Amino acid sequence: MKKFDPIQSIKYVLLLLGTFAVFFPPYVVFINAFKQEDEVSGPFALPRSFLNFENFRVAMERAHIWQAFGNTFIIIIVSLLGNIVLGTMVAYAVGRFEFRGRKILLGAFLFATLIPAITTQVVVFSIIHTMGLYNTLYGPILLFVGADVVQIYLYLQFIKNIPYELDESAMMDGANLFRIYRTIILPLLGPATATLVILKTINIYNELYIPFLYMPKSELVVVATSIQRFAGNNQAQWGYICAIILVIMIPTVVLYLFLQRYIFSSVTSGAVKG
Amino acid sequence: MNGMSYKTQRKLVIIGFLAVPVLLLLTFTYYPAVRLIYYSFTDWDGLNNHVSWLGIDNYREIFSNPDLFGVFVHQIPYVVVGVVQNIVALLFAVILNSKLRGRNVFRVILFLPFIMNAVAVAFMFQYVFDTTTGSLNSLLGLLGLDSWKQSWLGNTSIVNYSLASIGFWRFMGYNMVIYLGALQSIPADMYEAAKLDGAGRMQTLWHMTLPNMTKIIQLNMFLTLSGAIAVFDLPFVLTHGGPAGASETFVLKTVETAFQFNNFGLASAMSVVLLVLTILILGLQNLVIKRKEG
Repeated sequence: MKKFDPIQSIKYVLLLLGTFAVFFPPYVVFINAFKQEDEVSGPFALPRSFLNFENFRVAMERAHIWQAFGNTFIIIIVSLLGNIVLGTMVAYAVGRFEFRGRKILLGAFLFATLIPAITTQVVVFSIIHTMGLYNTLYGPILLFVGADVVQIYLYLQFIKNIPYELDESAMMDGANLFRIYRTIILPLLGPATATLVILKTINIYNELYIPFLYMPKSELVVVATSIQRFAGNNQAQWGYICAIILVIMIPTVVLYLFLQRYIFSSVTSGAVKG
Repeated sequence: MNGMSYKTQRKLVIIGFLAVPVLLLLTFTYYPAVRLIYYSFTDWDGLNNHVSWLGIDNYREIFSNPDLFGVFVHQIPYVVVGVVQNIVALLFAVILNSKLRGRNVFRVILFLPFIMNAVAVAFMFQYVFDTTTGSLNSLLGLLGLDSWKQSWLGNTSIVNYSLASIGFWRFMGYNMVIYLGALQSIPADMYEAAKLDGAGRMQTLWHMTLPNMTKIIQLNMFLTLSGAIAVFDLPFVLTHGGPAGASETFVLKTVETAFQFNNFGLASAMSVVLLVLTILILGLQNLVIKRKEG
C-alpha cells in the first residue's frame, strides 16, 4: 500500500497547472484554425469539421509560406556553415597557438558578445546599404555569420578539452597543420557543433527584426516576416491567422519531439557560458 | 603546405584562419560601435553626408525629455514578471528533480513554448488577449469571473504586464531546464549525507540545494535584467508601442527615432546609453559573482 503523500500531490497539481498554461493558447489556435468565418461562436466552440482545410489553403497561399520556408532554410544553412567554418578556424588558431596579440584578440571577441546587436543596428544598416546588400539574402546571412560571435566562445571552451598530444602525434607522422585542423580538430569539435546548430537554428528562425529591416522585398519573405505581414493584412480574421500559426509551429514541434535530448543538453551547456 | 616547416605553417594558419573573422568582427561590431559614438554627437540623418556637430545635445535631450529616458518605466513590469518567472522555473526544476512519475513528459511539455516561433507565439497571444473574441476573457467568463475581464492589450496600466507574460510563457521552461541542469550537477552523496544527519525535505532544499544554486540564479537574474532593458520585439509586433505610447520601450523608441524619423544622431546617442547600461549591469554581475567566489 502506498501512503498518501500531500507534497507529492501538490507537485502534480502544480505540474498539471503548468501543463494547462502551456497547452491552452495552442489548443485554442488549433480548434479555431478549422473554423469558417460563418461559424464563429466563441473561441472554445469546436469547428464543424476537423477536415476542413480551407483556412490553411488560403492562408498558406496568401502568406507565401513555401517561399518563406525556402528562404528561411537557405539563410539558416548558409549562416550555420559560415559559423561552423569560421568559428572552428578561430578556435584552432587562438586555442592552439601562442602569438603576439593573442590575448587582445581573445578579449576583443569576448567583449563583442557583450554588445547587444540591436544597439549598433543604426550604423550596421548603413554599412549593409553601402555594400549593396540591402534587399538581398546576403545581408542577413552576413550579419548572422559576422555579427554574432557566440560560437567562438563555445568552440574555445571545447577545444581546451581536446588533448594537445593528438596534434603532436599527428605532427610526428608528418601531417600538416591544415590537415590536423580538418581531420582531428574539426571532427572532435562535433558536440560543440551540434550545440551550435541547435541554438543558432532556433535564434535565426525566431529573428524578426533583421529580415524585417534588411529584406522588405516581398520575394525575400522569411517565416517570421510572413506571419507578421499576413496578420497585418488580415486583422482579426482569426481562422486564417490561427491556420498560419499552426503551419509555422508544427514543423518545429515535430523536430523538437525527435531531438529533445540534444536540445536539452545544448541549452544546458550553452547556458554555462554566461 | 606539406613542404613547409611547422613554423611557417603556424604563421600561415594564424594569419589565414583569423583574417576573415577579424575583418567581420571589425566591420560589424567595432567599426559600428565607434561610428555610433561619433554620430551620437551629431545630427546625422542616416543618408546625407552632411553632418554637423551638436556636442552633448543629444544626450541632454535623452535625459531631459520624459518621452525618451522616461519610457524605461514601462519596462519595470518586464523585470517584475521576469523575477516571478525565475522563481516559478526554480520551483518546477526542484519538482522535476525529485522522484516523480512522468518527469520527462512534464519537462518536455513545460519546455515546449521555447522552441515555438517567437512571432507566431506573439500572434497566438494576440488572440488570447483579444477583448471581444479572445480566449482569456472567454475563459474568465466560463469561470464566472466576468469582473476580471480586461482589454489586456488596450489598457494602459496592464499592457506591459500582458506583454511581459508572453515572455513568461515562452521562457519559463527554458529557465527551468537550466536550473534543472544545475540541480542535477549537485553530487548525490551530499543529499545522502544530509539525510543521514536527519535533515528534512524543506531543510535540505533551503540549506543545501539553494546555496549551491546561487551562482546560476544570479546569472539568470542578471540575464532577466539585461533582457528587460532591451525589450523590443513583443511591443514591436503586437502593440506598436500603444495604446497611447504606454508600451513604448527604449529600444523601440530608438528604432523609431532612426528609421521613421531619420534622426540617426539622436538614435545613436540612445544606443550608446543602452550600451553603457548593459555594460554596467554586466560589470555589476561580475562583481557580485566574483565577490561570492572570493
